[in-house]
Amino acid sequence: METGRPPALPPSPPPLLPPPALPAGYEVRRGSPGAPRPRRWALPESRRSQTPRGSHGAPAAHPRSASGKPAEPATAGSGAEPGLPRPRPSGRPRRPSSRPGGAFGARRRFRGERPAPAPNRRRPAARPSFTPAGVSAPAEQRRGEGPEGGGAAGRGGRRRGQRRQRRGQPRRGLPARRQAGGREGSAAAAAAMEELDVEPQLMVVPGADPSARQLCFAWGPAEVLVCETLFGRRGSGEGGPSSSRVFVVRRDQDIYIQTLRKLFNESHGIFVGLQRSEEELAGKSRKAQLVQVSKNYRSVIRACMEDMHQAAISTRDPALHSQYSTQVSILSAMELIWNLCEILFVEAAAAGPLLLRLLDWVRLHVCDVDNMVREVLSSENPSKHELFWNVVDVFVLQGRMDEARHLLSKEASANPASVNMYKILDDLMKKMPMPSLGNTQTLTEMELKWQHWHEECQRYLQDGTFASNSHMESICKILLGDEDAILEKKELMTTWYHFLVTRLLYSHPTVKPMELRFYAQSSMDLFLGGESSPEPLDTILMAAFEFEMHQVIKECSIALSNWWFVAHLTDLLDHCKLLQSHNLYFGSNMREFLLLEYASGLFSHHSLWQLGVDYFDHCPEYGRVYLELHIERIPLNTEQKALKVLRICEQRQMHEQVRSICKIMAMKALRNNRLGSALSWSIRAKDAAFATLISDRFLKDYCERGCFSDLDLIDNLGPSMLLSDRLTFLGKYREFHRLYGEKRFSEAAKLLLMLMTAHIAPCSFWMTLLTDALPLLEQKEVSMLVTGDKAPHPISFLPDKVCGSGDPLSAPRLGLALSVQKNCGSSRIAQQSKCPIGGSTQDPE
Amino acid sequence: MAGPGPGPGPGPAGRAPRRAPPSLSLRARRRAAANQQARGGAGGSRRAAGAAMEDVCAKFVSQKISKTRWRPLPAAALQPPDLFATGSWDNEDNRVSIWSVGELGNVGLGGEYQGEPQLLCDIRHNGDVMDMQFLDQERIVVASSTGTVTVFRHHQNNQTLSANQRWEKAHYHVDQNTSCGGAACTGVICNNPEIVTVGEDGRINLFRADQKDAVRTIDNADSSTLHAVTFLRTTEILTVNSIGQLKIWDLRQQRNEPSQILSLTGDRVPLHCVDRHPNQQHIVATGGQDGMLSIWDIRQGTMPVSLLNAHEAEMWEVHFHPSNPDHLFTCSEDGSLWHWDTSTDISEKPSFLHQGGRSTTYFSHSTINQSVVSAWLSNDPTKDRMEITNLIPNQTLSVNSLDILGPCLVYGTDAEAIYVNRQLFA
Repeated sequence: METGRPPALPPSPPPLLPPPALPAGYEVRRGSPGAPRPRRWALPESRRSQTPRGSHGAPAAHPRSASGKPAEPATAGSGAEPGLPRPRPSGRPRRPSSRPGGAFGARRRFRGERPAPAPNRRRPAARPSFTPAGVSAPAEQRRGEGPEGGGAAGRGGRRRGQRRQRRGQPRRGLPARRQAGGREGSAAAAAAMEELDVEPQLMVVPGADPSARQLCFAWGPAEVLVCETLFGRRGSGEGGPSSSRVFVVRRDQDIYIQTLRKLFNESHGIFVGLQRSEEELAGKSRKAQLVQVSKNYRSVIRACMEDMHQAAISTRDPALHSQYSTQVSILSAMELIWNLCEILFVEAAAAGPLLLRLLDWVRLHVCDVDNMVREVLSSENPSKHELFWNVVDVFVLQGRMDEARHLLSKEASANPASVNMYKILDDLMKKMPMPSLGNTQTLTEMELKWQHWHEECQRYLQDGTFASNSHMESICKILLGDEDAILEKKELMTTWYHFLVTRLLYSHPTVKPMELRFYAQSSMDLFLGGESSPEPLDTILMAAFEFEMHQVIKECSIALSNWWFVAHLTDLLDHCKLLQSHNLYFGSNMREFLLLEYASGLFSHHSLWQLGVDYFDHCPEYGRVYLELHIERIPLNTEQKALKVLRICEQRQMHEQVRSICKIMAMKALRNNRLGSALSWSIRAKDAAFATLISDRFLKDYCERGCFSDLDLIDNLGPSMLLSDRLTFLGKYREFHRLYGEKRFSEAAKLLLMLMTAHIAPCSFWMTLLTDALPLLEQKEVSMLVTGDKAPHPISFLPDKVCGSGDPLSAPRLGLALSVQKNCGSSRIAQQSKCPIGGSTQDPE
Repeated sequence: MAGPGPGPGPGPAGRAPRRAPPSLSLRARRRAAANQQARGGAGGSRRAAGAAMEDVCAKFVSQKISKTRWRPLPAAALQPPDLFATGSWDNEDNRVSIWSVGELGNVGLGGEYQGEPQLLCDIRHNGDVMDMQFLDQERIVVASSTGTVTVFRHHQNNQTLSANQRWEKAHYHVDQNTSCGGAACTGVICNNPEIVTVGEDGRINLFRADQKDAVRTIDNADSSTLHAVTFLRTTEILTVNSIGQLKIWDLRQQRNEPSQILSLTGDRVPLHCVDRHPNQQHIVATGGQDGMLSIWDIRQGTMPVSLLNAHEAEMWEVHFHPSNPDHLFTCSEDGSLWHWDTSTDISEKPSFLHQGGRSTTYFSHSTINQSVVSAWLSNDPTKDRMEITNLIPNQTLSVNSLDILGPCLVYGTDAEAIYVNRQLFA
């Protein structure tokens, strides 16, 4: 975040940066600069390539900054100094080096250029809509910042204060991903949440050449438009012919993975269910309910993982295969973390059951050895298999005593000589006390039993019962919780958390939740033995063992490539009332912030936006505003989609948006010459002005063609006719025609008279009205009506304009008016009067 | 069918042309809610909606489903349908897909079907799939939001789909610059070999599957958007539009005017779907924007026989059961799918169904023999025989489409899932 750089630095020519190796992340779509963008965002359909992803946790593009208007150069008010791209110290890694492959390491890989669908709306490049006028700050400045940083620059920045604080600090030497000191307590962890500890990433937009020309950008929800301006590097001269491309830079690429859409959709249902669930449920059943929700989430992750696995198997494309495999490992890591959080936070298992849960957890997730087990068990003589003892060890290490004993009994029957030894070991394993899930025994009881059993094992080991068989001796040592003996089986455990759980099982079966952190830390140190540094997954699990929920969420935000996980996990923990509701320096609390991020990502997707609505609904503070801003930007290509969007708005009383959508649809219909549709939409929007406009079009068409179009609509206006005066007039005038056509002259005349007296007729229409009156005046009953004492003289309602001079037609009009006044309804006069304007009226007969 | 709820079935609304009294609709809802609870209690496994009813299988398909249609059965077939087609909408590339259920031998012990629908083949479709109908066993007519109507052929031997016939821009707008833009084709109905389509441009097209050009086009058939169409007889079609009107068109007449217009009173609520009673061609059901189900007798009057307050949002589809027309199914934007059952025997109903005063005014009308008059036109609320069940508990996003054939129901949602219930009447 270098926008706040001291201005003292000389504006040196920017060093040309060799494009760094692309770290994965942001996805760039390329398109041609458009004709004026439609009011609603439509993504340019075009090629895509990548740029790195922005850092974690930063407040994302606030939709407010997306003006929705044709993209403007987003430089105003940025306050950034002229182009000073900050050269990156060479050799400095973009990301911490400790990001090997495995679960998270390979997560955001460069997604190969896909064959480009031809941009089907390519427009002439000669109409650059990104006028560079007023571009003062070269966008190069912000090139390195990723959307988050740019967002702050573009709109004055919620984060500016923070940046200011940090300005004086010396930059850290390394982009340390972890805050060393952030763990001392949740307050500190919370503080760490607010500390930006990842360097902003340089984002290279393939194809854009910032060294030659300044870039400008415009914000969209979760996306940025970048384009090259006409301006050269120094902000003075022209930089040569402008390229004709606009780049769309996306934030969240995972959203676009097909298989993950199942995850998003299925978990959406669970999320909504959780929000609806009753808070009133008493302690225990509430907890059970939450655990069930957590399990549902996990099974969705699992199902998705299976689908992804299938996809990986069935694809023949190696690139796709590796992409899918990466996703599988991410998903499995997500489930691993979620499961641990479920045990420790949601269920908050107490000492005793805690160990059982952890054992289940390890059995479920350490599946590297499952193949070996299967192989051995399916061989015709397991006990002769070379891996036989490995399998027994696996069972013992995972606490699967019954299975281990079953295998051993086979071995025993094959070795009658040592059957006694087997019997003793079998007996030890059978007697091993385990914590119970129910309340059948107290902890002290359990500890006593366990102590007793431990001593028994000790005795057998010391008197050398198993000395003749090294395998059995080592098993006995494991039963005794001998760390060295357990560590010898490192390959069978594969991970430090397996080691941790095994160690707990055989030395501290009644471990209390709060003691976990010590064992966890030492287990990790022992297991890794200083050979390798912990990976992101390790640090996340460690944070969980330390009950640093905020730290878990923070680490996950950094390590995982999507917001899905943290948003849902945080929401669940929040429902467990586990998160202190400390407010973040930007806006609302963490749950809401993460949900907003996730939902904004959904809204940037052409299809998943419907899911986002419910997430916004459950963000009390900003959800509504976000929804309002996002929903207006959904492209409406069919009426059905418009209806769906309208329904969303109407259910939430978003009147402004309802009006705007209806108006858009009405305008579209009008442009397509669908007056009836346009009128329907404006009636739905209760948009009087627009209804007037359309009514005028109808009346004009009538004057030109002499007949009404769209009678099915006009005849059925009903109460909606009252929306605007002009519409009322249109409806009533048509009614007059109908009455006249049905030869109900008296009623027709009354209606006509009413239309005249009500002063709702447009001035230009008066002549038509008066001519319509003429034939009626010939009717006997009608003339009675007009001349009656009560009836006012028609001439008295003529507006001034009609009778005013200057109008070439005023003389005949006056004549007509006078003829009406005199009630000389003879056909002669009528014929005469009609002549000059006969072309524009229609004789009702 | 009947949920375990203790209450009586909700009554049909009183005789139209008035709206169902609010109390009635409330009861209908309450009943649905009771069903939800009773069924929802069994839930808890992964497929939230599916688990509530064990015989429903769900499949998430990563695309929002706009239409689902069973492949029609050959005339003499006795087995349940095993193939259906879906169309998606609002995707960057939309697809028409063919799915199979049950033919892979995934039949469980109890004879009930265990597996999910399996994708057989799919093909890219330009634009949203707005409507879809099987023309025959092999061909599907698909209406697109681009105004194109396409006939796809499903090759069963090698499980592929191919475009067989296409009418580009069958529906279009002529805008002020006189350039033609496609207008969404909103509805299609087939009566092999005839295909009728309607669109946002208010146009009606009559195609023949084997002819390149439209046989007949009625421009400006409607000033507003036509939402759906159905055949009344072989020469008569019925359209519904966005200002609450039903129009009957006689294709034999050369006049481009509807032969009859029926409409809701006054309030111009847009109608989104229409279906005709399979045996009694004068009975028509429509669903509107406010979720109201209207039953019409097109022989008499221009107003609906009854208005039944149903869903809370747009009713997207209504279907009579093709062989058991006492059953009706509706689905809606509010995420619910209702089963309306009028077949329940009167004698089983407790007597407290008498609704009291408000029904008395209509007694005089009920002189026709009940056994002859369809239950749908029954105008005697004391013989209230309607049972309504909500088939989807805890659903949130819109159910866009449903299709029903034999004992099998398939529906698709905006939550990108398709659901198949193969034992509807179990």
